[in-house]
Amino acid sequence: MAGYRELLAQVKLEIEEISAVDAQEQHAAADRPLFIDVREPEEWEEGHIPGAIHVPRGRLESRIEGLVPDKERPLVLYCSVGSRSAFATKVLGDLGYENAVNLGAGFSDWKRNGYEIAIPRVLSSEQRSRYSRHLLIPEVGEEGQQRLLDARVLLVGAGGLGSPASLYLAAAGVGTLGIVDADVVDESNLQRQIVHSTDRLGEPKVASARRTLEALNPDVKVVPFEERLTSENVERILDSGWDVIVDGADNFPTRYLVNDASIWHGIPVVHGSIYRFEGQVTVFAPGQGPCYRCLFPTPPPPELAPSCAEGGVLGVLPGIIGSLQANEALKLILERGDTLVGRLLLFDALGTTLDEVTVRRDPYCPVSGESPTITEYVDYVEFCNAPVQI
Amino acid sequence: MAAVRIPPTLRAEVGGVRELEARGATVRAVIEDLAGRYPQLGALLLAGGELATYVNVYLGGEDVKTLDGLDTPVYDGETIILLPAMAGGA
Repeated sequence: MAGYRELLAQVKLEIEEISAVDAQEQHAAADRPLFIDVREPEEWEEGHIPGAIHVPRGRLESRIEGLVPDKERPLVLYCSVGSRSAFATKVLGDLGYENAVNLGAGFSDWKRNGYEIAIPRVLSSEQRSRYSRHLLIPEVGEEGQQRLLDARVLLVGAGGLGSPASLYLAAAGVGTLGIVDADVVDESNLQRQIVHSTDRLGEPKVASARRTLEALNPDVKVVPFEERLTSENVERILDSGWDVIVDGADNFPTRYLVNDASIWHGIPVVHGSIYRFEGQVTVFAPGQGPCYRCLFPTPPPPELAPSCAEGGVLGVLPGIIGSLQANEALKLILERGDTLVGRLLLFDALGTTLDEVTVRRDPYCPVSGESPTITEYVDYVEFCNAPVQI
Repeated sequence: MAAVRIPPTLRAEVGGVRELEARGATVRAVIEDLAGRYPQLGALLLAGGELATYVNVYLGGEDVKTLDGLDTPVYDGETIILLPAMAGGA
């Protein structure tokens, strides 16, 4: 029966090993292999190779196929001195990973050579518990959760769409939520605007939403803007820097204003709109896809554009559409999945159908086209020929 | 025959229905068939023989503006979606 030293020596003969110098060279290459840190969580938290993923040795066999489905992908495994990762490399070979190598002298040697290390910011134990279901998803994980906590999302409107969107974004741990709304909570809002409640009647919506969201998740900071978004205040509001805008406005002038401002600031907009039983959702990402003006160059005449206040809306509809908006916003922050850029989803609650149409960039678009003719804010009310109702 | 989805904001013009059958070998012919039966809808969709700029018309999920416009051929069983912008969010 071989002892530990003999076993380690035997395993090291059976695997391929590279030096820290080679590892650094591969790390700097454009087609960098995936670095896998198999140490314990407390070792990882003290610093690791930048871009590495962390899979403690004890969980490697059970998690690796979920994390790295491609068994031909080049992998570099490491621990502190190269012993635990030697066994890990052997096991990956047994599992069919053809290009797994071991960083022979480990992370200690990497550090000794003065190569770059990353010190992860760590979640508190309360955050680990709160976001545990996110941490289990490879597409989110600890790094994604930190991204969410660092993210800043501006919600235009704390009404039907803004209610579910803000609740889910807050629950997900999006660290800063700006909310623009000039309204106060009215009894007729409560059939669908679930971020508010009966004891908030008459209270400004931004204050009511702030109370609900900060009570739901103390990690979230709500920045209230108790005003209607206008050409006069949009620069001040956007100056705080936002990663994503969730558009839940209820009138065309604000929609076109949000569009133009987002293009000039390079901020993606998650667009949602609702009427009676039908909703529309898409993402406008400046520079990557079409904008609102590419989709709808001109608003309909006022008689064809009744608001929900005039035409009504099924209470649950904004719940569905606003949740889809939250989903798109989270993916934009996490840079995961396929967003609705260039695709408009059409949801019909009466038939429970979901249709999708293609939205293309308009090269002649006056704002996002090749030769823009609109380069500063216009009178959006006049442009839409409609009274503004927020 | 093509199926034409009528958006909620235009349903008052067609007696409240969500979908209509219409005949025509091109998008123009389909819309003219509808316009013949529902003149108010026709007046909203067509301006001077062209599509109103505030209504998008989709065939097979593509905006007909990116195809051959009103001359885009329509085949039996295809669905046309009429889609004006909606601003509601509250």
